[in-house]
Amino acid sequence: MTAEQTLQFREPEAANAIVDRLESMMDEIDEDVSVMHVCGSHEQAIAKFGLRTMLPEGLTVRMGPGCPVCVTNMPEVDEAVALAREGAIVATYGDMYRVPGTESSLGDVSARGATVEVVYSASEAVALARENPDREVVFFATGFETTAAPTAAVLEADPPSNFSVLSAHKYVPPAMEVVAELPDTDIDGFLAAGHAAVITGYGIFEPFVQKYHTPVVVGGFEPLDVLLGLERLLEYIRDGRTGLDNAYPRCVTRAGNTVALETLWNVFEKTTGEWRGIAEIPDANLVLREEYAEYDARKRFDIDPEGGESDPLTNDCLCGDIMAGTAEPDECSLFGEECTPTNPVGACMVSSEGPCKIWLEYGGTPEI
Amino acid sequence: MCLGIPGEILEIDGHEARAEFWNVEKTIRLDIVGESVERGDYILNHAGFAIRKIPDTEVEETIAIYESFLEGDEDEALEEIGAADAVLEFGEQQSGARGRDR
Ligand code: SF4
Repeated sequence: MTAEQTLQFREPEAANAIVDRLESMMDEIDEDVSVMHVCGSHEQAIAKFGLRTMLPEGLTVRMGPGCPVCVTNMPEVDEAVALAREGAIVATYGDMYRVPGTESSLGDVSARGATVEVVYSASEAVALARENPDREVVFFATGFETTAAPTAAVLEADPPSNFSVLSAHKYVPPAMEVVAELPDTDIDGFLAAGHAAVITGYGIFEPFVQKYHTPVVVGGFEPLDVLLGLERLLEYIRDGRTGLDNAYPRCVTRAGNTVALETLWNVFEKTTGEWRGIAEIPDANLVLREEYAEYDARKRFDIDPEGGESDPLTNDCLCGDIMAGTAEPDECSLFGEECTPTNPVGACMVSSEGPCKIWLEYGGTPEI
Repeated sequence: MCLGIPGEILEIDGHEARAEFWNVEKTIRLDIVGESVERGDYILNHAGFAIRKIPDTEVEETIAIYESFLEGDEDEALEEIGAADAVLEFGEQQSGARGRDR
């Protein structure tokens, strides 16, 4: 990424005008403001277009738990690794392939002869099962609502009996609550992910706004969308109000995609689970409902993830703190040294939505 | 990348459709799009599933925004489309089949 590219985005005049307005609002507010976004694509836009360098002094944009792969818990990876080792074909999205488990990643066991297939979609995983009727095919399913709904759709569409799902799907709203309650985070407003909201609708954040008296604005990923989202948030903060707004009306409605939601909740239910490095979060993991037990890999197989010692370097990994908004990638002593995308220590360096990978890709440490 | 990608529906077969993303064709599912979709419509595709029909009035702007955002990151766009070896042709999409179909 060159400097010119960093500055080249649509309608620079419009962006500058928004930045001017942000500046004058910050003058009025007259204290530091911290805003958190919850979306890997937001981080990408912010880093790629150098948005942090344009923001007025005192306005900080932190990243929150917006990368599903980054918060996938090690034991979940270990389960997938164990299934692959025991002879199942494990199908998963490319992002999961290199995420370290306790001892091995899926990539590691694949190099040692297990069958791990990177798929682009849940339906490709089902196709694999049809092509391999004599093998068990387990779809290690990750992601927020935008990928959980497709997983649900293939389960509703009567997949073959050798197909099952190991769900590591996550549900964001409860995680936002946990982050809002962390003693070290002092967040004045949230920029919520436009794309999850395509499915859930932005109305889903209403209870959060009421409970925490913190404004939430749903924003798109494009630089102008991000700036516009920040502007709406600062308006709320300046006026001492809370509220919920949609700065991404092109793609997001209040009710969301009701068909996708119905499919999602027909198949999945919420449960308590660990978000790697953050906390055990009530209702933030998605597991298959009893009606779909036959397709639930955790019920079908007696999974025996072997324990073992994790890489001692993982003790220094700050991925969880980064996801909770209390640390930034360049505070990690391994960043870009022992930990790189080809040799990742933590999940934040693996996923294209992972802040460590994004920061490394777009010029190391985007200026704060 | 969690942003989804806009494409044009070329052909529909039950819950499945062929869609075009900057001259790259791909099969996608329509199970959860939530609206009736026809040939020539634009949808937002995420991981092989259409998750939203893009309103006609917003197609052009949406495509333009994506092009400006994805420029320089074609590899990632292709990953999002699920066609790693293909070549995207930005600027081609709006002038394509949509005009012919309507
Ligand atoms: S740079 Fe690597 S080790 Fe450090 S926090 Fe990021 S993922 Fe973890």
